[in-house]
Amino acid sequence: MSLRGRAAGRRPLLGGRGLQIFTWLVIAWLLLPIAVMILFGFNDTQGRYNTAWQGFTLKWYGKLFEIGDLTEALVNSLLIALLTMVVAGVLGSLIGLALGRYRFRGSGTTNVVMFAAIACAEIVMGASLLSLFVTLAVPLGFWTIMISHVMFSISFVAVTVRARVMTLDRSLEEAARDLGAGTWTTFRLVTLPMIFPGVLAGSMLAFALSIDDFVITNFTAGGTVTFPLWIWGSTRVGIPPQVNIMGTLIFAGGVLIAVVNALMARRRG
Amino acid sequence: MSRRLRTALTPYALIFPGGIWLAIFFVVPMVVMLSLSLQSGSVEDGYAFTWNWHSYVDGLTNYHDQIIRSVIYGLSSTVIQIVIGFPVAYWIAFKGGRRKSVYLFLLLLPFLVSFVLRTISWQFLLSDNGMLLGPLKGIGLLPEDFRVLATPYAVIGGLAYNFLPFMVLPMYVALERIDPRVLEAAQDLYASRFQTFLRVVLPLSLPGVFAGVLMTFVPATSDYVNASVLGGTNTTMIGNVIQNQYLITQDYPTASALSFTLMALLLVGIFAYARALGTEDVLEVAAR
Repeated sequence: MSLRGRAAGRRPLLGGRGLQIFTWLVIAWLLLPIAVMILFGFNDTQGRYNTAWQGFTLKWYGKLFEIGDLTEALVNSLLIALLTMVVAGVLGSLIGLALGRYRFRGSGTTNVVMFAAIACAEIVMGASLLSLFVTLAVPLGFWTIMISHVMFSISFVAVTVRARVMTLDRSLEEAARDLGAGTWTTFRLVTLPMIFPGVLAGSMLAFALSIDDFVITNFTAGGTVTFPLWIWGSTRVGIPPQVNIMGTLIFAGGVLIAVVNALMARRRG
Repeated sequence: MSRRLRTALTPYALIFPGGIWLAIFFVVPMVVMLSLSLQSGSVEDGYAFTWNWHSYVDGLTNYHDQIIRSVIYGLSSTVIQIVIGFPVAYWIAFKGGRRKSVYLFLLLLPFLVSFVLRTISWQFLLSDNGMLLGPLKGIGLLPEDFRVLATPYAVIGGLAYNFLPFMVLPMYVALERIDPRVLEAAQDLYASRFQTFLRVVLPLSLPGVFAGVLMTFVPATSDYVNASVLGGTNTTMIGNVIQNQYLITQDYPTASALSFTLMALLLVGIFAYARALGTEDVLEVAAR
């Protein structure tokens, strides 16, 4: 027994080919619906339903913006995501900085509220926001969507930035002060560049969360339509190939950013 | 202002704008919803606060089927995710080698496509004579009236599919953190590879499993997209009811009472689970 254990030598762990194949099967399962989405953007479909393969075409790429309200929905989604990225990026980073750097009364409460906002069921957040807006008779639309997206993104940004801040070497800031830099100069020239990767990652996460959000948006949108809401609204009547293409382009954009980011990280060492 | 006082106030100044946002748009709405759930009236006549507990009683009597179904679907999909996700997280963490980040990237790719769009893609793939079932029926492997859509299996499968990466990632983080020297120590103490797995790897991965369950059980139980797109009339979940009551019937007291019931149910579930698992502190685990 012991000899056999020794003979296994450098491999104290279970796991072999079978697990590898299993992993690849799971990845294939995860990617299958995306492949279908991309494929049917190239389908030469006739009529309302884009469900049976009828040959390859690029024509839908030329007619990408022909459905006016779909284009408008996509523009709404992009605008809201950009605004959310900036606002939640700034507010969340400030919280992350405070929590990662300072010990103060109230940090525990802040952590609990943020954890609750991350763990809370989306439908409960959407429902409670709608309750608030209905009670105060706030007109629903673009701004109520933006407000709710910032709300659920802040905590994610703060957690990301906090993780970055906690790994930093404080002595660099002390060195800057010793060399005569004021609080603001130290922040601008030392702290900010050091936490910036965290801020960027957090903001991009906020963008991704916002552009994909359906549940909370469904509650706070009123008559305004975003890209996921438009898709939801047309499930019964059939999804036009333009939706597949827009989904494909968003997907491709995300992949591109991730790959560039990884390559740059590798180059930095 | 003295430098000392300024330093003491800095964290509060940093937290203030985001904190206010969270207070007004996260904490206050919960209070408003609680108050709304205890009001009586109608959209036309307005609402008044009357300690109206009936919304809760009505909600629970009329919709207990959907509540129970949601919990069953949520639990089933979570268990499926653990069973599928653990081997994947394990393999990537220990055998992924230099390509670990590539595997993680592939696991995260679905998040670059809208959740609704992915679910609709499944509806399309699983349709009665669609790409998957059509050929199988054609060669006679499946009976003509066989269907997946509008069954609980489709909804549970959709839930498991949509939230799987949230399960794998925390498990991966926990497994990846295990010090190889601990494994070597187990081996030096004559543990077999199976014993090492059972008594070292598995216990050390539990915080990751816990975080994964937290991140998947809540959205799965409260979901209504999968039940709407992949399910039928017999697979309605509590989320469908809440959404319907809020946005279509506009019966706000019942709707908010149901939302609160759902939230309470999820909270109790999480804390009971944390207790059962012997996790010291839910917040502590989540904070990591």
